[in-house]
Amino acid sequence: MGAGMRAARKACSAIINTWSWLLVVGVASLWGYSRVSGGFGLGLRAGESLLTFLIEMALVLPPMFLLVGLFEVWVPRELVERYVGRRAGIAAISWMVLLATMQAGPLYAAFPVAMSLWRKGCSPRNVFIYLGAFSTLKIPMVTFEVAFLGWQFSVARSAITIPVFILLAIIMERMLPSNYMPPGLDDLSPGV
Amino acid sequence: MTILWIIAGSALLVSLIVDRRKTRAALIKGLRMFLGIVPILLGVLALVSVILAAVTPEMMERLLSGKGLLPFFTALSIGSVALIPGFIAYPLAGVLRQHGASNAVLAAFITSLMMVGVLTLPIEARFFGWPVSLLRNALALIGALIVAGGMAWVLV
Repeated sequence: MGAGMRAARKACSAIINTWSWLLVVGVASLWGYSRVSGGFGLGLRAGESLLTFLIEMALVLPPMFLLVGLFEVWVPRELVERYVGRRAGIAAISWMVLLATMQAGPLYAAFPVAMSLWRKGCSPRNVFIYLGAFSTLKIPMVTFEVAFLGWQFSVARSAITIPVFILLAIIMERMLPSNYMPPGLDDLSPGV
Repeated sequence: MTILWIIAGSALLVSLIVDRRKTRAALIKGLRMFLGIVPILLGVLALVSVILAAVTPEMMERLLSGKGLLPFFTALSIGSVALIPGFIAYPLAGVLRQHGASNAVLAAFITSLMMVGVLTLPIEARFFGWPVSLLRNALALIGALIVAGGMAWVLV
């Protein structure tokens, strides 16, 4: 990456970061105003759902990033390459699905894990199988699905979804340049 | 959620016992990543909470409980844009079904909600880069369409 591009990226993320904080303050003050003035349901609802999101984020992200940090330091590259790398067999699919279904939380909590796996030598196909399984087959989520939409719905949806996300992952791998590495967050430290 | 904390906690403990310096490196790495993503994540969540507040469940019911292809594609678009946690989305889907939404519409809504994230694209792009994130979301949208179509075919 050239110096110019790096500078452009820095400027871009600085703008996004500033706007992000402004938005949060905006929603919080909207909530506060609605609280004081009584009416204005939109502000109240927005504040409440922001709080729900923040709680969810605070519950899921710290252990997730802790595990990613430990994974980066402890797990050797050869191990990842052997089991879920480009030369790994079909069994890799079940490893990825198993890993993904045991987790909980919103999809954005899976991105750091996926990126870390990718950079340690996991094949892109398996990275996207992980993301597909995480988004559609997490066990905590499926129990909710069974409770509210019935097991027939859940079984049918899972049975159709599994081959679909495996196929999508294969297509993704074919479409990406073979040496592609995700940029990651290393050069985007806080304050940038 | 609790299990996640237990696993992370015990992994940290074992790591601390085996090698302090490596654990320190791991913590710094994790923290750096976390802080790198927090501002943009907060921005997206704030934006989503305003949008979510503007769209009421009654509006969703009116849009998604009709017959034909319109509710189907509406469900697909709402699902792709929105970011709704499962513990809110499934009860909502249950209510929508009682108001006459078909299985195909529900599958379109749920699947696109889970697999496609237009509003979270800036977060995703931080990790994978824009081209990969856009490609993944486009393919996931096609995938959600296939899944929903399949559901219409399997469950009448």
